[in-house]
Amino acid sequence: MEVFSSLADGILLALMPINLMLILIGVTVGLFIGAMPGLGSVNGVAILLPITFLVPPSSAIIFLAAIYYGAMYGGAISSVTLGIPGASTAVATTFDGRPLALQGRASLALVTAALASFVGGTVATVLFTLFAPLLATMALSFGPPEIFALMLLAFATFVGLGGDDIPKTIFSICFGLVLATVGFDTISGEPRLVLFDIQGFLRGIGFIVLAIGVYGIGEMIWTIEQTRGEVTTTNPKMTAKGMMADSKEATKKGWKGTLIGSFLGFFVGVLPAAGATPGSLMSYGVAKMLSRTPEEYGKGSPDGVAAPEAANNSASTGSMLPMLTLGIPGSPTTAILLGGMVIWGLTPGPRLFLDQSEFVWGLIGSFYISNLAAVLINLAFIPLFVWMLRMPFTILAPLIFVLSIVGGFAASRSMHDLWLIVIFGLGAFFMRKFDYPLAPAVLAIVLGPIAEPTLRQSLLLSSGDPMIFLNRPIAGPITVIAIFLILLPAFKLLRRKKRVAAN
Amino acid sequence: MKLTKRLFLGLAVGGTLATLPISALAQDWQPTRPIDFTIMAGPGGGADQIARFVQSVVEANDMTNRPLIPTNRGGGSGAEALLHLNDARDPDHTLMVTLNSFYTTPIRQEALGIDIETFTPITMMGVDPFVLWVHKDSGITDFDGFLAKVREMDGEYVMGGTGAGQEDSIVIAYMSGVYDLDIKYIPYDGGGAVAKDLAGQQIMATVNNPAEAKGFYEAGDFVPLLAFSDTRMDAYPDVPTIKELGHDFSYYNQRAIVGAPGMSDEAAAYYRDIFGQVYASDAWQDYLVSESLSPLPMDEAETRAYWATQVANHRQLLSEIDG
Repeated sequence: MEVFSSLADGILLALMPINLMLILIGVTVGLFIGAMPGLGSVNGVAILLPITFLVPPSSAIIFLAAIYYGAMYGGAISSVTLGIPGASTAVATTFDGRPLALQGRASLALVTAALASFVGGTVATVLFTLFAPLLATMALSFGPPEIFALMLLAFATFVGLGGDDIPKTIFSICFGLVLATVGFDTISGEPRLVLFDIQGFLRGIGFIVLAIGVYGIGEMIWTIEQTRGEVTTTNPKMTAKGMMADSKEATKKGWKGTLIGSFLGFFVGVLPAAGATPGSLMSYGVAKMLSRTPEEYGKGSPDGVAAPEAANNSASTGSMLPMLTLGIPGSPTTAILLGGMVIWGLTPGPRLFLDQSEFVWGLIGSFYISNLAAVLINLAFIPLFVWMLRMPFTILAPLIFVLSIVGGFAASRSMHDLWLIVIFGLGAFFMRKFDYPLAPAVLAIVLGPIAEPTLRQSLLLSSGDPMIFLNRPIAGPITVIAIFLILLPAFKLLRRKKRVAAN
Repeated sequence: MKLTKRLFLGLAVGGTLATLPISALAQDWQPTRPIDFTIMAGPGGGADQIARFVQSVVEANDMTNRPLIPTNRGGGSGAEALLHLNDARDPDHTLMVTLNSFYTTPIRQEALGIDIETFTPITMMGVDPFVLWVHKDSGITDFDGFLAKVREMDGEYVMGGTGAGQEDSIVIAYMSGVYDLDIKYIPYDGGGAVAKDLAGQQIMATVNNPAEAKGFYEAGDFVPLLAFSDTRMDAYPDVPTIKELGHDFSYYNQRAIVGAPGMSDEAAAYYRDIFGQVYASDAWQDYLVSESLSPLPMDEAETRAYWATQVANHRQLLSEIDG
C-alpha cells in the first residue's frame, strides 16, 4: 500500500527533533491562545506566521497546524470554566460544558472535551489519509444549492427539537438572521441595516462580538442577578484518581456524541465555506436529536460537550483538505495557512499531492503526532484550569468582564465592537429573563451569512425556481430531510391533539 | 491565578514587540510605534497574501525598527479600511495594502466622503491581470468557441464573480457590452470561492486573477481563453489579449501600498525607501513571476497621475454597468 509507506515517511518526518519540538511548542501556544476568549486559531496563526520563515516549509506548516490544533483544544477551556467561548468554534461547548462546571463537574467537562477532541482529530486524520482525493471531488460537487440545503438542515436540527418553546426558538433564529444581514451584501454590493448611520455597522456584526457579549457579559449579569451576589463558586476537587474516574465517565457517557461529532464535523469541515464553527453547532444539534435523553442537553450532558468538541477538531482537519487539494480555504484559519504556503513558494491545488508529496505527507503525519501531543498537554493542564474555578465569583466576575472586553477588542481593535458587546450582553440577559433560547440566535448569526448568499445564488442560477433545491441529486435528499425535521414538531402536536380529543 | 499570569504574559509579549532592536537605517524619520498595516480585504485573498508576504520580507531582513501589524479590514468592499485610513489619528504610522476597491468603493459609496487623491502614495508593488477561464470539460478551447456557446445558450450561460462593481464584474460587463453577450452573473464573496465553483462546474466561466486559478490550470482543469492585459502574458503565451481582438481595453488589479491622508513627507520618504527595498528584493521579484503579476514601478507624481486616470476610468466603467 503506497498510502501507508507515504504515511510512515510522513510520521517519521514529523518526529524529527525540530518538527517534534515545533509541534510541542505550537500545541501549547495554541492551547493558551484558544483558551483566551476572543482569540482563536485565526489570531494565533496570523500572529505567528512571520516566525515560520525561519524554518523549511514542511516544518512551518507543521508548526502552524499544531497551533491550529492546540487552539481547537483550548477553545473548550474558557467555554467550560468561564462560560465564554474561547473561540467561535467552541460556542456549542458552552451549552453543556458551563452547566457541568456549575455543578462542580468542570473536570469531567474538560476531560470529556479533551478525549472527544482527540478522537475527533484522529478519526478525521484517518479519513483524510485514506480518502483525500475522493473527498476533494465530493467537496467540488457542493455548489450553492447543496450548501444552502445543508444550512437548512442545520437550522432544522435546532427547530425540530421537541421540548423547547417552538415559537420562541423561531423568533430567536429570525432575530439572529436579521443581525446576520447587517453590513455589505455580497450579492448586490450595497450596505444594509447600517443602523443610525454608524459606520461600524458597515463591517457587519462579527460573530465573536456576539458570542462574547451573549456568553461573557450576558452570563455574568445573569449569574449576578440569580444569586444576588452571594455565590461562591463550587469547590471542585482535583486528584489523579478523580481524573481517571472522569475519563471513564466521559467515555461511557460521551462516546455517542464523540462519534457523531467526529464524522459530521469532518464532513462539514471538508466543504469549503463551512468550517469548524457550523460543524460543531450542527453536531450538537444532531447529537441532541439522536439522543435518547435529549432533555439532559443544555443541563450538563457529557454528550453535549463531546459532540461539538469532537466536531471542531475533526472539522479543522477536514478544512485542511480543500485547502491542500483545491487551494480553497475551508475556514478563516486555513485561509491564512494558504497565504503562508504561497509565501513558502508552494502552490496549493490539485497538483500539490503529486509535486510536493513529502510536504503533504509530513503534514498529515504531524496531524497524528499533534493530536497525541495536544491531548496529553491538555490533560496535564486541566487541574490548573479547574483550580481557577475555586476563585469566588466576586473575583471571577470582574475578571470575566475584563477578559471579555480585552478579547473583544483584540479581535478587531474597534471601540464600536466593545459597545456592541455590552449591548448584546444586556440583550442576552433580557432574552433569558423572558425565556427565549439564545443558542438558536447564535446559530443563526453563524449560519446566516452562509445560508443567505447561497440561497440567493441558487435562485439566480435557477432564474427564481425553488425546485433547484429538490431536483439536484445531492441537494434534493438533504432538503427533504430538513423540511421533514422542521415539520416534525407540528406533526407531533397534531397527534397529541388527536389523542387528547380521542380520550 | 492563571488568568492574571496569562494576561501578564500577553503584556510582556506586546512589550517585547514594541522594543525590537533599532535597525541601522540612516534615516531622518523613524517610526516610534508599531505600524498599522491595514489590509483592504479579508484573510486569504490576493491582497492579504501580498500584505503578509511583504511583512515577511520586512521582518526577515529586519528593515524597520517597529513591527508592521497587519489587520484585515475588508468590510464593505474595503469601505472599512478606507474609513480607517481617512480617520487615522496617527497618519505617520498608518499604511494600507490596496486592491481596486480603492477606486470603486468611494465612487459607489459616495456617502463615505472618501477622496482617495488625498491618500499618500507609497509604493506600487505590481498589478494583477485578469484572464477568462472555462472548465476543460466544457469542450471550449478558444474565445470564439466561448462566444458561440454563450450565444447558443441565450441568457442561460452562467459566470461567477465577486459581485457587482467588483473588478471581475467590470471586465465581464465590458466584454458583454462589446460582444453583445447575455450572461447570467452569480456573485460570490471572494475569488477563491469563484474558482472552486468553476472547478466543480457549478458555474461555466470566470474572470479570475492568475494566482487564484493557477492550481487548477496546472492540474489541467482550467482553460484560459482570453487575457485582459496589455500584452500577452508570459505564463500563457498562446492566450490572445482582448486588445489583439481589436478592443482597446485592459484591466488590472492594483497591488499597492498607500499611506493615510496627511502623512508627513519624512514618513512617506521613509516608507518609500523600505518598500522600495522590498520591491527590489529577490523574494518579491520571484513572487511577481510565480503569481503572474506585472511590475509597474512608479514614483509619487506618476502614482498620483495614475490614480486620477484610474478614478476617471472607473467612474466611466461603473456608470456603464449601473446604467
